Amino acid sequence: MLRSLHIEPRKCTGCLQCEMACSYENEGVFNPARSRIKVFNFHEEGRMVPYTCTQCAEAWCLHACPVEAIVVNHATGAKEVLDSRCVGCKVCTIACPFGTVNYQQATGKVIKCDLCGGDPACAKACPTQAITYVDADWTGYDRMRAWASRTDAQPAAGTPA
Amino acid sequence: MGWHNKVLRVNLTAGTCTPEPLNAEWAQQYLGQRGLATKYLVEEVDPKVDPLAPENKIIFATGPLTGTAASTGGRYSVITKGALTGAIACSNSGGYFGAELKMAGWDMIICEGRAAKPVYLFIEDGRAELLPADGLWGKSVWEVDEIIHRTHQDPLIRISAIGRAGEEGVMYAGVVNDLHRAAGRSGVGTVMGSKNLKAIAVRGTAGVRVKDPARFMQAAAAAKEVLAGNAVTGQGLPKYGTQVLMNVINEVGALPTRNHRDVQFEGAGHISGEAMHEPRPSDGKPNLVTNQACFGCTIACGRISRIDQKHYTVVNRPEYWSASGGLEYEAAWALGAATGVDDLEALTYANFLCNEQGFDPISFGATVGAAMELYDMGVITDAETGGLRLVFGSAEVLTTLAELTGRGEGFGREIGLGSKRLCEKYGHPELSMSVNGQEFPAYDSRGIQGMGLTYATSNRGACHLRSYTVSSEILGIPEKTDPLASEGKAGLVKAFQDATAAVDSSGLCLFTTFAWTLGDIAPQLDAACEGEWSVDRLLETGERIWNMERQFNLAAGFTAKDDTLPKRLLTEPAKTGPAKGKVNELPKMLPEYYQLRGWDAEGVPTGETLSRLGL
Repeated sequence: MLRSLHIEPRKCTGCLQCEMACSYENEGVFNPARSRIKVFNFHEEGRMVPYTCTQCAEAWCLHACPVEAIVVNHATGAKEVLDSRCVGCKVCTIACPFGTVNYQQATGKVIKCDLCGGDPACAKACPTQAITYVDADWTGYDRMRAWASRTDAQPAAGTPA
Repeated sequence: MGWHNKVLRVNLTAGTCTPEPLNAEWAQQYLGQRGLATKYLVEEVDPKVDPLAPENKIIFATGPLTGTAASTGGRYSVITKGALTGAIACSNSGGYFGAELKMAGWDMIICEGRAAKPVYLFIEDGRAELLPADGLWGKSVWEVDEIIHRTHQDPLIRISAIGRAGEEGVMYAGVVNDLHRAAGRSGVGTVMGSKNLKAIAVRGTAGVRVKDPARFMQAAAAAKEVLAGNAVTGQGLPKYGTQVLMNVINEVGALPTRNHRDVQFEGAGHISGEAMHEPRPSDGKPNLVTNQACFGCTIACGRISRIDQKHYTVVNRPEYWSASGGLEYEAAWALGAATGVDDLEALTYANFLCNEQGFDPISFGATVGAAMELYDMGVITDAETGGLRLVFGSAEVLTTLAELTGRGEGFGREIGLGSKRLCEKYGHPELSMSVNGQEFPAYDSRGIQGMGLTYATSNRGACHLRSYTVSSEILGIPEKTDPLASEGKAGLVKAFQDATAAVDSSGLCLFTTFAWTLGDIAPQLDAACEGEWSVDRLLETGERIWNMERQFNLAAGFTAKDDTLPKRLLTEPAKTGPAKGKVNELPKMLPEYYQLRGWDAEGVPTGETLSRLGL
């Protein structure tokens, strides 16, 4: 069964523990500049939103890559960058509609979320469960459940509220 | 590790930015941030210097855990000789700026001299330069933030700046980063303004490494569990912020009201954390939009609020309709109870202005309270105020004075003096509710006895963040003591002061200590940076820092006579509540405190104490 990162911005406090966990897991350093997940602060609205690759089934980045450096990990469904093949041409960064593949000056390669091989560090680090790693077919489960809980809470016909 | 071993020295007079190695030996003795930067200051600055002279220095310092994944590991402090107090000043702030400075590869910035013309410091990783601030001078913190981001075409820059208050010489101007997080107290922003330094803008991509990453991640994870499982840090603070205290402190009769004339405020319920959650009658929305974390913080106590668009303060002023930093407890108390104002929206607006123009809401609100008492007595009249009727409880007066003070205009210039200078000017120094020039925060020491000793002996003037014995006396953390008893408080205050000095030097937030002991902090430090960091060593380091700060103040001219409280708290009993009939029993606590500290009867550390601490 494949799992997906499931993001609920309403629960995000903007602490950036996900960015720290991501950079530590992948680069061995605490450094939001090297994170594959990014928290956006819409400060005028008081909204914090974590955002990263959603692992498209038909991935634009993968199809655009001229050297086949982006491959599917069939165990996780992640689209992974093979550093040994990536030539840093950045075509994938143009192809991705969501901006979640990015070039790194330091290495001359691109980086994107690879789901940490099936155990994403960001989800483990999130203190508020704004980022979870759930059944890919049921990312809507919690929201459905929340609404479901209200359907029989209405007063029955003829009874006072 | 934990450190980059790199300090940026900025000579504003010469216009130079020079890297130098961090003094690693001092880092072993003073840890970082508050302790280490104070060591630099006492070594480099004459304690008798005029705080606003070019010879004073201002240091922006991170701790060894700043920029790591430790919960709350994003703090930085601003250390200088304080404009408001003339004492050692160290104001601590969260947000994201401190971590960004560390990410850029710097442990500390030491600013010295005075620029001939306004400048700002721009740092991009290893590159640092002073740029002209002609287009920034005269602007608010919020405008500066917008202009710098636009100028450099980089949304990821983090900025720490002064507003107009810091330019206009408001004596309690603060340094504000990330729009609404502040190194707020003691006039550190006034010092920054005196140096013609408008802002520091940082972008960092170098990252932070620790000594033993695997052990550090384990220690940090275990400590996060402790925070999550604790009722204060896991539930109370995220839901209500520090404002969880408003009703609690009012109930115990320790909420200073109308310049400490009273100890309970009838309007407390209207300005409390609970009230911020209540839908407003006008628009059906609560004042509070959400809570927000600072860098790395798994508590997330910050308040994000939105002012009612129909409120008189912001009608037809959409620039104040956005969400921004809301009321914390100390600000809500000072803007509210201290002035007798119970209009939550007015307080929120005044708080926005404090952030926008960069001035301390505690000292501002308390000074307005003092001015209101002087007006009530007929000492200050309409002639001085320009017709403004300074009656207790007037929201309009509060918000007008916040506007005037932030811009340095009209009677706001008098309010900008702080209560000590204001009350002295009008012939009633006894009405300034302050110690060494700095106004009290939100705890009346008649109802919480240990806080009287805390204030009287605080190295930066009256302050709750030097030894928060409220934790023990009211909340029962780590164990409950009787708030109305003075017995045993000398030891309690000393223990809190030493532990706090260590926490303030680590890069962590003091609020973690509602749940953490030094036993949770030591393993994180020990895994992150050089040196064997144990609880005992942290306590000894804290005591060393405390005595070093004391030595600076003594050399600056303070004496045991300054370790006191305003007459009102020592002679006028509380009128209501559990503390009714009580005054603060400072004279009973102080001699024991000196003794426990290893100081002589004049409050001077003995030779033995100094040599024991390696001072």
